[in-house]
Amino acid sequence: MGLPLVESALQWNSGILNANRDPKNDDVEFQITRLYSRFHSLDKGENGALSREDFQRIPELAINPLGDRIINAFFPEGEDQVNFRGFMRTLAHFRPVEDNEKSKGHDASEPLNSRNNKLLFAFRLYDLDRDDKISRDELLQVLRMMVGVNISDEQLGSIADRTIQEADTNGDMSISFSEFIKVLEKVDVEQKMSIRFLH
Amino acid sequence: MKLICSPLCLSGGIIAKEPVSLEQEIQEPRGGGGEFDMSDILYFCRRGVESIVDDEVTKRFTAEELESWNLLTRSNYNLHHISARLTVLWGLGVLIRYGFLLPLRVTLAVTGVGLLVVLTSIVGWLPNSRMKKYLSEKVNLMCYRICVRALTAIITYHDSDNKPKNGGICVANHTSPIDVLILASDGCYSMVGQAHGGLMGFIQKTLVKACPHIWFERSEVKDRHLVAKRLSDHVADKTKLPILIFPEGTCINNTSVMMFKKGSFEIDCTIYPVAIKYDPRFGNAFWNSSKFRMVTYLLHMMSSWAVVCSVWYLPPMKREEGEDAVQFANRVKSAIARKGGLVDLLWDGGLKRSKVKEVFKEEQQKLYSKVLVIKTEGLLLAWGPMRSS
Repeated sequence: MGLPLVESALQWNSGILNANRDPKNDDVEFQITRLYSRFHSLDKGENGALSREDFQRIPELAINPLGDRIINAFFPEGEDQVNFRGFMRTLAHFRPVEDNEKSKGHDASEPLNSRNNKLLFAFRLYDLDRDDKISRDELLQVLRMMVGVNISDEQLGSIADRTIQEADTNGDMSISFSEFIKVLEKVDVEQKMSIRFLH
Repeated sequence: MKLICSPLCLSGGIIAKEPVSLEQEIQEPRGGGGEFDMSDILYFCRRGVESIVDDEVTKRFTAEELESWNLLTRSNYNLHHISARLTVLWGLGVLIRYGFLLPLRVTLAVTGVGLLVVLTSIVGWLPNSRMKKYLSEKVNLMCYRICVRALTAIITYHDSDNKPKNGGICVANHTSPIDVLILASDGCYSMVGQAHGGLMGFIQKTLVKACPHIWFERSEVKDRHLVAKRLSDHVADKTKLPILIFPEGTCINNTSVMMFKKGSFEIDCTIYPVAIKYDPRFGNAFWNSSKFRMVTYLLHMMSSWAVVCSVWYLPPMKREEGEDAVQFANRVKSAIARKGGLVDLLWDGGLKRSKVKEVFKEEQQKLYSKVLVIKTEGLLLAWGPMRSS
């Protein structure tokens, strides 16, 4: 029923819309627009900031064993709300490293999505008290979050001990950031901690 | 539950999700040598952030986002000034839609509903007989068709030889209250629902005089056995019309089919699945009940250009030997999703309003523990002789 008419209307219409676009800015603009749209749809209270409840409303995140720690990473020290800028800052850690080729940095400081910063993000998931060391307790906490009730305290304790033993080089029974980097040196962190947009 | 942790690569998503499962990624050989690798958290970390950027569930409860505005839908979410020409066109569209189409359609709708109430009351006075049934069918069909015209709904029915017959249950995916009108204007059904008060309640009481619909009191809804009994009794009576049920239990935005509640699949009868797909280019038919009241929604529908949809009647299905209600429900759901070109999800539509159950997180933990234990045992077997010394 008049669908050919619709098809030609759609074609004419997209002609109008495409006339004003600059292809160079498309990628970054597209990503930011999508993320803003996402931020807005998560923000149920419509006050320009996300709270922890807003994140917990995402079912796939709520069932993720490390869900709470990941949500925590978005909120700066002692804050309960994160605005769009903060949201983007945290997500920037997950930009693929190739993207840096496209947008040559204006500042000399290390980009948020460098291998080092990605590793720091992961390190902070363990290091809750931010003392730059993963203690045995902190390791046990994360392990417990990941296995739930399925492994006994003793077995978990020995897994934690073995892990620290293998990683600890300076004998302080905890894992510092440089020791952490050494343990993960063969891991393809860039690939495992990157999220690519589809176009 | 692996399905929840390894998302499918869907064309509707905005990010590329690797179709790798938990086992595959964690068991990849890497350095360290221990059974627990500190890099194991990277998997959960990435999955978590992926779900923050784009998840499969929350986007089903808001209207589908179109790539760009196409002049036919009401307006675009990212409505910003593109050009003067477009704004003028849109303005003209608004004038026509609100000034001409809307009043016309509201009149039609009021006529349709009015006729429905009056005529079914008249038919209701007749004694039970074949004549009454015949008249009731004709009256219902005619009035629903007027209401469908009131929305300018252009419906294409496919495979009408599979239309539901007496003594069966018709199940369909749910997008809006209009689904009922669309199906009821092509066939006669017994509807199931909660008894309301006010105008809606009055209409319900009138309809039931001519045709055996099943209305439940709010208190009865909680009693699953009562509900099941009434439905079973109805289908057992072959003279009664097929029951129309929407097993998702809530409106979903027509991009996917969510979990079917097993209640209707426990009853021993033939199921007639129906897939309804609205064409998103012509307007958004999804009723977002948290954002719009029913009246606002109907006004939106009546001031759009048109509602275009396709209805597929699928071949009837029966529960097979050794299949339980949940498996049967999933089988029917997959058939509907495939026919309608919708995404088949295991998630519960009830997540629109309630939190996800803890048990799903526990299943993720169990899965990871299993992988960890396998690795530990594997390593101990390899290192056993050395370690025990």
